[in-house]
Amino acid sequence: MDFPEDLLYTKTHEWVKKEGDNKVRVGITSYAQSELGDVVYIELPDLDRIVKAGTACTVVESVKAAFDIYAPVSGKVIETNNDLENNPQLVNENPYGKGWFSIIEMEDPQELTKLLSNKDYEKLCQSK
Amino acid sequence: MLEKLIFEKSSPGRTAYSLPECDVPVEANDTTPLPERFLRKNTAELPEVAEIDVVRHFTRLSQLNFSVDTNFYPLGSCTMKYNPKINEDVSSYEGFVNLHPYQNQEQCQGILQILYEFERTLIGICGMDAFSLQPAAGAHGEFIGMLISRAYNVKEGRRRNKIIIPDSAHGTNPASASMCGFDIVEIKSNSQGLVDIEALKRIIDNDVSALMLTNPNTLGLFEKDILKIAEIVHDVDALLYLDGANMDAMLGIARPGDMGIDMLHLNLHKTFSTPHGGGGPGAGPLGVVKKLIPFLPAPIIIKKDNSYGWQYDFPDSIGRVKPFYGNIGVIIRAYAYLVSVGSEGLGKISESALVNANYLRKRLSDYIEIPYGERCMHEFVASTRKLKANGITTLDIAKRLLDYGFHSPTIYFPLIVEDALMIEPTDTETRETLDEFADALIKILKEAKTNPEILKKAPHNTPVSRLDEVQAARKPDLRWRKELS
Amino acid sequence: MPVKINYTPNTESDIKLMLKEIGVNSIEDLLVDIPEGLLCKQINIPTGMSEMELKHSLKSLSDKNANLNKYTSYLGAGAYEHFVPSVVDHLSSRGEFYTCYTPYQPEVSQGTLQGIYEFQSMMCELLAMDIVNASMYDGASALAEAAVLAIRHKRKKNVLVSKTVHPEYRGVLSTYLQELDVKLIEIEMEDGITSVSDLESRIDNNTACVLIQTPNFFGCLEETEELVGLTHKNEALFVACVNSMSLGIIKPPGEYDADIAVGDIQALGNYINYGGPHAGFFAVNKEFMRKMPGRLAGATTDTKGRRAFTLTLQTREQHIRRAKATSNICTNQQLLALRTCIYLSTLGKAGMIDIGNLNIHKSHYAMDRLCELDGIEPLLNKPFFNEFAIKISDNCKIEELSRHLFESGIIGGLDLSHFYPDINNAMLLCVTETRSKEDIDELVLAVSNII
Repeated sequence: MDFPEDLLYTKTHEWVKKEGDNKVRVGITSYAQSELGDVVYIELPDLDRIVKAGTACTVVESVKAAFDIYAPVSGKVIETNNDLENNPQLVNENPYGKGWFSIIEMEDPQELTKLLSNKDYEKLCQSK
Repeated sequence: MLEKLIFEKSSPGRTAYSLPECDVPVEANDTTPLPERFLRKNTAELPEVAEIDVVRHFTRLSQLNFSVDTNFYPLGSCTMKYNPKINEDVSSYEGFVNLHPYQNQEQCQGILQILYEFERTLIGICGMDAFSLQPAAGAHGEFIGMLISRAYNVKEGRRRNKIIIPDSAHGTNPASASMCGFDIVEIKSNSQGLVDIEALKRIIDNDVSALMLTNPNTLGLFEKDILKIAEIVHDVDALLYLDGANMDAMLGIARPGDMGIDMLHLNLHKTFSTPHGGGGPGAGPLGVVKKLIPFLPAPIIIKKDNSYGWQYDFPDSIGRVKPFYGNIGVIIRAYAYLVSVGSEGLGKISESALVNANYLRKRLSDYIEIPYGERCMHEFVASTRKLKANGITTLDIAKRLLDYGFHSPTIYFPLIVEDALMIEPTDTETRETLDEFADALIKILKEAKTNPEILKKAPHNTPVSRLDEVQAARKPDLRWRKELS
Repeated sequence: MPVKINYTPNTESDIKLMLKEIGVNSIEDLLVDIPEGLLCKQINIPTGMSEMELKHSLKSLSDKNANLNKYTSYLGAGAYEHFVPSVVDHLSSRGEFYTCYTPYQPEVSQGTLQGIYEFQSMMCELLAMDIVNASMYDGASALAEAAVLAIRHKRKKNVLVSKTVHPEYRGVLSTYLQELDVKLIEIEMEDGITSVSDLESRIDNNTACVLIQTPNFFGCLEETEELVGLTHKNEALFVACVNSMSLGIIKPPGEYDADIAVGDIQALGNYINYGGPHAGFFAVNKEFMRKMPGRLAGATTDTKGRRAFTLTLQTREQHIRRAKATSNICTNQQLLALRTCIYLSTLGKAGMIDIGNLNIHKSHYAMDRLCELDGIEPLLNKPFFNEFAIKISDNCKIEELSRHLFESGIIGGLDLSHFYPDINNAMLLCVTETRSKEDIDELVLAVSNII
């Protein structure tokens, strides 16, 4: 299991990558994708949608289940990963790279301080 | 041996139909009197096959199916009992199938009498005060029941927003309540698999419109505190709704009306032996107590001076839920079932369902974990979680059963049992069939330890092997297209 | 010793043996969880009967109904008398089809699943739409679910429905929408079709969808192109409710850019059954694939690479999404969809055109002949498929006419005032391929003798 050092994590298994001052790229962790199994569809948020940290904003579907994915930070969705429409398997194959979900313009960059480091997140996964 | 698509058997110009000559005068060259803007541009690419092709194709397709007529089908919660042939015959009499819903009521007295008597019979069996025969299915009945709970509260001058549903409930329960705009409050089952009375007391309040209960519940256990549950619900003037999916356990044994149930739906295609049809048509009559009668969907069947008719005048009715009057063809089958088994046969049905389920439970109890209860009603839920250590899933067990000629039980439901295997043998199976099934399942459980690979690759003897459902969902192929063939 | 029907097979000695294995003395010992006061003493229903008695009893009840084989009927209005080829009854009566359930185990349900896939494909062809589901309860619930989809997709609150849509369908629609915090608005009609100017005055950017039936309740064909244009200009979805039997000839929803198409398949190989069971269909453009209600079968491969079919996109459904599902619908109306699949295979590409033409010619002949009579004129002057409305002069009341026709072995059309109180003394008639010229001439003669 992979827990890249340059990312921040949530307890609900999303990762966050800081890109510039107030933008973050968001996805789900390798641990999460392995728990979900083969991802068949991702319902991404509409562009320009205002999301609030901790609220559901994306749905990831496997064959027999649908899971809510939560916004790790509050802000505006300014970009989503269109490749996922036809290639949902990217979430399984490359969760930290080509399997990203969206880019959020943060309302309050301070929120990042509430997220977990890779070490803490790894501990969380191991305790499961 | 798989079967081609009917489209792939198509050959230009081949036909399987015959129609009479057009015997009315048609002006020469005037193929249609309609303006061109109303006419189709591209011909629909329907198959062009001969009658023998149609017959062989669908006969072969049928042979790819497991069914109650060919296999033991212990699919929990679905009551896959025998569907009597006589009921197919009597329901297809021409006075039933060739009758138009807008004919005058005087022309339809036979069918109206059946509907009236059927309603009276259901009232007798369930101890309710009236039934609407209109719901097309169980889920449709639930939806209508939830609308009635809304209407009842509105009439009482209040708006209530919550429906309480146990975590062991069928998925249709929350889906139906949600379609009526309710918030769903889930109540966790206690360690015995029953409604947690203390938890219920904590969450019930004046914002609860109804509690949706399944009894016996989806674990096959009778909610022994049913009277207490009813009391708690009624104390806040909420309604107690019964999902009647499991009524095969209750016929002639106990009546929902006596338990404090205010509303229930029945599944004629489960308890009352009408065929499941591969997934419909069914019927889900909705029974209510007196105070809820005014809210039933109109029309209601009535008898007056020895003739039968529809009554439409219900000012508080929730409205129309179906064109015409319901799935009449299904109701005739259930009516035939009830009048033929009669009062003396009715109790035998549920007794047989109980004995069969308990017998099978006992036969298996030394071999597989059965997490809840010491006995069961008409079905029981086992768990295969201990086989995880051998790398075996519930799905593997289910698939291996197919190799032995048995349809799989319901799997991974109810959600409160990990790796659930929900087994409902029904009332119409012989002791020998139950023994054969038990022997097969016991053998499979041994295979799980001695030869797990044979389970993981199962089924081996079926028309196709396991399917790539991931591909089916990622790249949906939902229709044939001409250019692809 | 007379023997009644009994489907529970185990004998008393079997049961004794089984109870012993269970470890109890009697069946009562299995009921200990039921509070004693709740146990039934006696259920008050009649005693049972033998198979022979059951047949006689039901036969006599059937004979009390004036069935359409004995009477020549001109009723339509949502339930249609069409010829059902013998193969449909024979093939759909195979126990392997009608005694199985939803194909949860695809390896042993390929018959049902391939049947659904073929049904979906044939309906897509007929409707010229991208995707059709495995069927719904009926046309009315399909219409209501279409409105629900549009409301959720567009996140708008107004639903516009034409007054020319079947009144009972509108009733169901209204019931389905009553708790969704939306506004249902009816569009007026003008000479039997939807008023474009009234639609124009009511449609705006709060409109989620416009629901139209064509041919509509009066049998008239709607000016769909105009209506669709106006709907799409306002960024609402266009929902077409169509008569499935008309589609061999009449322009299908996909050819006028409908977003959702719904309707009933009773006409295609299913009996009238006093109004049910019938079955609805639900068709969408690809865009709405993941938002549609109901079951879908898809093609995939098995582990050996062979083509095989399975239920798919199930995350939309109640057994997975529960409260968040696209609909609460659980099963479809599979046996009826299968019958339609067999029917469409039998009629085929040419048959659906031929039968459509027969319906058009015979109904137009009937309309022309009836309106040659003094005291009868067309109620509306619009193109129609196989249903039309006539106005009868006031000196012959419609109940009288119907009663006299019945005495001559004819079941007349529907009294329109039943649903439209403003329309006096008018009758909606349906004429399908099942009526011969002789039947129609008899109708005309009988009517002329009465009025």
